[in-house]
Amino acid sequence: MTAYETVIGLEVHAELATASKMFCGCPNEFGEEPNTNICPVCLGLPGSLPVLNEKAVEYALRVAEALHLHVPAESVFSRKNYFYPDMPKNYQTSQYDLPITCDGWLDVDGARIGVTRAHLEEDTGKSSHMGGATGRIHDADFSLVDYNRAGVPLLEIVSEPDIRSADQAKRYVEELRAALLAIGVSDVKMEEGSMRVDANVSVRPSGSNELGTRAEIKNLNSLRSLVHAIDYEAERQRGLVKGGESVVQETRHWDEAGGRTISGRSKEEAHDYRYFPEPDLVPVAPTEEMRAQVRASMPELPSEQRARLVRDWGIREEDARVIVAVPGLVTYAERAVAALKTGTAKDIANWVRQDVLAYLNETGLSPAVLSAEMLAELVDLVAAGTISRNQAKDVLDESLREEKWPRDIVEAKGLAQVSDESALAAAVDAFFAANAGFVDEYRAADDKAQKKKRGFAMGELMKSLQGKGNAQVLNKLLDERLS
Amino acid sequence: MSAREIAADVRAGRRKARDVLEEHLARVDAREADVHAFNLVLADAARAAADAVDRGENVGPLAGVPVALKDNMCTRGIATTCSSRILEGWRPPYDATVVERLRAAGAVVVGKTNLDEFAMGSSTENSAFGPTRNPHDLALVPGGSSGGSAAAVAAGFAPLALGSDTGGSIRQPAALCGVVGAKPTYGAVSRYGLIAFASSLDQIGPFAANVDDAALLLETIWGHDPCDSTSIAGSRASLGSGADVNGLRVGLIQEMIGSEGLEPAVRDAVRAAADALGAAGAKVDTVSLPSTQYGIAAYYLIAPAEASSNLARYDGVRYGLRVDGEDVSRMNAATRDAGFGREVKRRIMLGTYALSAGYYDAYYGQAQRVRTLIIRDFERAYEQFDVLLAPTSPTVAFEIGAKTADPLAMYLCDVCTVPVNLTGHPGMSVPFGTDAAGLPIGVQVIAPALGEPVMFRVARAIEEASP
Repeated sequence: MTAYETVIGLEVHAELATASKMFCGCPNEFGEEPNTNICPVCLGLPGSLPVLNEKAVEYALRVAEALHLHVPAESVFSRKNYFYPDMPKNYQTSQYDLPITCDGWLDVDGARIGVTRAHLEEDTGKSSHMGGATGRIHDADFSLVDYNRAGVPLLEIVSEPDIRSADQAKRYVEELRAALLAIGVSDVKMEEGSMRVDANVSVRPSGSNELGTRAEIKNLNSLRSLVHAIDYEAERQRGLVKGGESVVQETRHWDEAGGRTISGRSKEEAHDYRYFPEPDLVPVAPTEEMRAQVRASMPELPSEQRARLVRDWGIREEDARVIVAVPGLVTYAERAVAALKTGTAKDIANWVRQDVLAYLNETGLSPAVLSAEMLAELVDLVAAGTISRNQAKDVLDESLREEKWPRDIVEAKGLAQVSDESALAAAVDAFFAANAGFVDEYRAADDKAQKKKRGFAMGELMKSLQGKGNAQVLNKLLDERLS
Repeated sequence: MSAREIAADVRAGRRKARDVLEEHLARVDAREADVHAFNLVLADAARAAADAVDRGENVGPLAGVPVALKDNMCTRGIATTCSSRILEGWRPPYDATVVERLRAAGAVVVGKTNLDEFAMGSSTENSAFGPTRNPHDLALVPGGSSGGSAAAVAAGFAPLALGSDTGGSIRQPAALCGVVGAKPTYGAVSRYGLIAFASSLDQIGPFAANVDDAALLLETIWGHDPCDSTSIAGSRASLGSGADVNGLRVGLIQEMIGSEGLEPAVRDAVRAAADALGAAGAKVDTVSLPSTQYGIAAYYLIAPAEASSNLARYDGVRYGLRVDGEDVSRMNAATRDAGFGREVKRRIMLGTYALSAGYYDAYYGQAQRVRTLIIRDFERAYEQFDVLLAPTSPTVAFEIGAKTADPLAMYLCDVCTVPVNLTGHPGMSVPFGTDAAGLPIGVQVIAPALGEPVMFRVARAIEEASP
């Protein structure tokens, strides 16, 4: 039986978070009233002409730095010609044979996924098909078009067919999102459409070097659909190939409700885009000065940051990934580490990864508004044995919510632990005095019963100490008496 | 009275802009029904503009000078049709940059002039609103595509007019109507608000009754515009006033004066103009630009290719004509079928074909390579010559209907003008005598990129020597 491997290449469209659109001064904003962010240029009115937004070029250069892409001396815009009502000029100004960047890579869990190119293009408007059952154009009663999105700058990032599983595809997109977010070029919200993914999927016998016929899956608007659609499509193609049939090169749509991909355009509608150089724009030639400025302003990339945290703080890769993925969280953690007296960076990372992150998720706040010094104080209090880990959880929660210093909370509530051995020894003495025969019974008991008895002793001790006894010290004292 | 004199008089308070306008409107009243230079006469708006000038509100270099605009330049709130049904009912929400500059200079816009639909044609017969007639003889075409603007100046409806020139659409009608018409260097005048035909070739330029007035109008509209990425950065042009050609090297383009289909009277006029320049001290010689023979072939691939894309936006979705259909693609098709005329459809099909997968390299790609060869030919010529001389049109004005059945014969009207659009260089047509029947002949002066000052100097010398 032949085994088949899945071969995947991804096309990711990221809307660039520039203040204005790609070729005009209209605001680049999501969620406005339909057809309010428009002008003669982005509406493609007769006589209007495009003027390239330099910020979009700068953002593309930032992406080039992050994805190790080559930037040719000159790139050219081309027109991609096809009719669609949400495209005001019935051509899309895009890049074709001379893109602004090419030949790069992205590290995904140690695998280098090739990035063929990342090129600039303008977004289309948005159609809403009204009436009809499917919400698609074919059975609609009428359609409405909102041109607010028309002319929003997009970067299309095309990967090599280097991805081998749905899960790796998901990881590629996650890594790409993290990188785009970190360098500040896009807000990469798949649910708002500011990041869109198409997947080219094919199968081939394992070990083969030839590519199979691919299907391009569109309409993937979450990582979940990406994974499910690729798995479904790969399985579908395996079924075809094993049954002696061949895969048709076509566009397929992901049907979320039905959990399947369905054939899109038929052959007779196959497009000839008649690309040719856009005569209304001049070639883009980024200067060395511009590139140097971009390089100088590049932040640490998520992959670099993760490696540093694992190395310097001794935390797990997985924890580093979680912290790095939240904008501003590393900076917050670093400030806390800087303010530490006795605690460790690893402790800070643990609190940040668990409790602080939960609080941020619950409230929707940014880490930038939190006091890192308060967290550092909390970690120091635990390290000094002043409070227990369990107590610290409540103290941190109150500190975050009320913006209070942990030391003040501990004092106000009288939470400080008793760690002084002589004071604790007195309590232990009192316990054994009150429970004569405990030692003999304990020694005679089996493991399970011993555990139970020890728990009882600890409970009684804590009760007598109003819960402030240092559990570690108490355990040590108990060991001495019971062994 | 020249535009320069009108502006000087209005500025000095010797004449009222309103009186100037009324004189011109009276001529429009008398002859427009015959000539049909205009798609729209803006009498009321023009009166308001003239009155504003008279109140001292807008006293620039064109103070009170009536100007006619080719109807493919956007005018805010005023119908702009390209002489096409497809733009029915559309009123642009903005003024073209040239229109803004005219208004700021105190010009009075008197109307929107007729053209071949979307500037595609050489006779102004391809207008959805009927042809324009040549004021010299109403049985003849005025040339095209800016035939309405040329005729408006020739008939005295306005001392100045703007046209657009993609393959000769200013120079050829100027020649046929006996007026001056100039196509500036590509990028010298903003295209923002000029409804595109072929973006890499289109350029706006002036019509006037004399060379100095053409210079005045060109100076007014000249200069960088941040709204047009292809516009040239730099200062404003001064096109001077001199006519001294002493020592200038003038090249007579061999392929153009020897071309098939050139009327003898036209050839004689060009030679006579060259002799006159020689007599005035210029060194005249012939020069060969062999690649220009392929100019028409290259042009009729590049221009339609760009047009097929530029005109895709007229689909009935957002503005202009809409003819309903069962679904959106049938609506698009029905709208375009009803809205575009035959010549526009022909060029959209030509261009679509030239850009198609599998044909791109043989047609569009090859045409671009020819364009490069033509540019090199001109570069070589400019190593030896300061300006070049050629006929503007191979013929004088022809009869209405004479070439409408034969598109190729019509395309050959542009044989001497098209190469200058392909190179992006400036060229202008200056009247130089008439044929035996008294019909005007134009001589074309061509200069290297941004060579307008020397081009206008030579044009003045030709104008002075004109019989």
